[in-house]
Amino acid sequence: MILANAQNALAPAGPQAQSIGSLWWMFHWIFWAIWIAVVVCMFIAIFKNRTPQDHPLQPEVKPDPAGEKRVGVVISILTGITVVILFVLLISDFVVGRKLFAMSKEDNQREIKITGQQWFWTAEYEDATASNIFTTANEFHIPVGVPIKFYLTSTDVIHSFWVPELHGKKDLIPGHDTQIWLKADKPGRYDGQCAEFCGHQHAKMRFAIIAEDADTFKKWCETQRAPARQPTTNEQIRGQQVFLNTTCITCHTIGGTKAGGRVGPPLTHVGGNQTIAANSVPNDEEHLREWINNPHQFKPGVRMPMNNLPDEDLKALAAYLHSLE
Amino acid sequence: MRTRNTRSQKPGAKSQRIRAFYWLLASGSWLLLPALLPSCKREKREFQVPPPDADVIYKLSTTDFQAGGSTTQPAGYQGFVHNNYDENAYALTQGQQLFHQFNCSGCHANGGGGMGPPLMDDKWIYGDRPEQIFATIVEGRPNGMPSWRNRIPDYEVWQITAYVRSLSGLTNPNASGNRDDHMKAQTPPASMDPQHPRQSFMPPGSESTP
Repeated sequence: MILANAQNALAPAGPQAQSIGSLWWMFHWIFWAIWIAVVVCMFIAIFKNRTPQDHPLQPEVKPDPAGEKRVGVVISILTGITVVILFVLLISDFVVGRKLFAMSKEDNQREIKITGQQWFWTAEYEDATASNIFTTANEFHIPVGVPIKFYLTSTDVIHSFWVPELHGKKDLIPGHDTQIWLKADKPGRYDGQCAEFCGHQHAKMRFAIIAEDADTFKKWCETQRAPARQPTTNEQIRGQQVFLNTTCITCHTIGGTKAGGRVGPPLTHVGGNQTIAANSVPNDEEHLREWINNPHQFKPGVRMPMNNLPDEDLKALAAYLHSLE
Repeated sequence: MRTRNTRSQKPGAKSQRIRAFYWLLASGSWLLLPALLPSCKREKREFQVPPPDADVIYKLSTTDFQAGGSTTQPAGYQGFVHNNYDENAYALTQGQQLFHQFNCSGCHANGGGGMGPPLMDDKWIYGDRPEQIFATIVEGRPNGMPSWRNRIPDYEVWQITAYVRSLSGLTNPNASGNRDDHMKAQTPPASMDPQHPRQSFMPPGSESTP
């Protein structure tokens, strides 16, 4: 099931996630060692030199300079070890931080501009030729092994871009560009997530990064650049008419038609996606129908309104949208 | 001796009285808590809005007399519509967001007016009542106002209507915005005087003081 991907930061699929993962494991083992040492010391303190039951209540206080010196030396050594451990962690953290940004100097970066808004994502694939730029939503394909530079921004509140298998988090700030570089080492579908609470549907403000080989990616880009597929069957033609003559047209874009709204995600090639509703509902005609009819049953509080369409119109509309591959 | 006695007794009695006073105050403040309940209305959010029956509004014409007779009750329609969103802060901010997303600002410029008339003064060509503004949005008006019928769901039009009325201080000040993101020249909706329409066709000087 596509919706149940692991989103596992410890199963890295890119160099940055690899560095973050190894740092995590280092912290993990060092802290285990410290914890075990502390617990062992605690048990020694509890069971060694236990006071016998018939011990007199008055403590014996005798000066013991040799013993005090011994204790002092042990404490100093332990403090020294603690400081050394903290420095080891600090320096390794610093080194990993440098590694994460090393990719910003690599050549042949591909630039993608991500915009987050309540509660979905859009991506503009940059290109030196202006006519090659295209926009898509929620499912972002990238080529394997190519460094990708993401510009992140938001139109409403602060969001955070997080694909656990590829990189750490980066915030999207309204009115300000932030940047993040990542690379996928092997093909696959990596689920991402908004990681900064941003309103009702924050938990279902999801997206997917689909890494694929260069040829498949090129083909996908060509599909995305093309205008939407023309409806062929009577049902699809009716669906298009419904789309263009109801509230849909106010918010959504379908390339090649007069629908050019930019309030909701673009739907030019929505049929080619595996999911709808920001990677949280499977994409098939039945779910499309239910989603259009009442989006709030899947995502309460979502910005899309309920649509009280006649059954046949609804069916035609879903068939049309699903045909837009 | 006597004076000493009274002195030694007084502080005890006084502190007891003070304690009783504080106790009363504390228990009284609990009684005051329900007074906060009305603010729930301000923050109420409804997501699954059933499609409203807008027939009444669609049959409505701005006025039975002429454009500009904004407070006259339209013919064939009894009573004004009460827009619940006028008292709801969430609906007002949603309306504000929609106002910008649907590019109302393109002509009305954040309410200050440009190609279209300003929305934050007391001049209303087609009326300042919620149902009149609703009708203006869904029907469109001459000289550029497009018709949004079937393009914006009814409840969203009501939200925009509420926001438009808030621009001239006509909504409940407890729900209206305390500051505006754009226009700084105007007092914020929550603290401005309601800008009800005046009879603007009278020649200057003949206008009686409001």
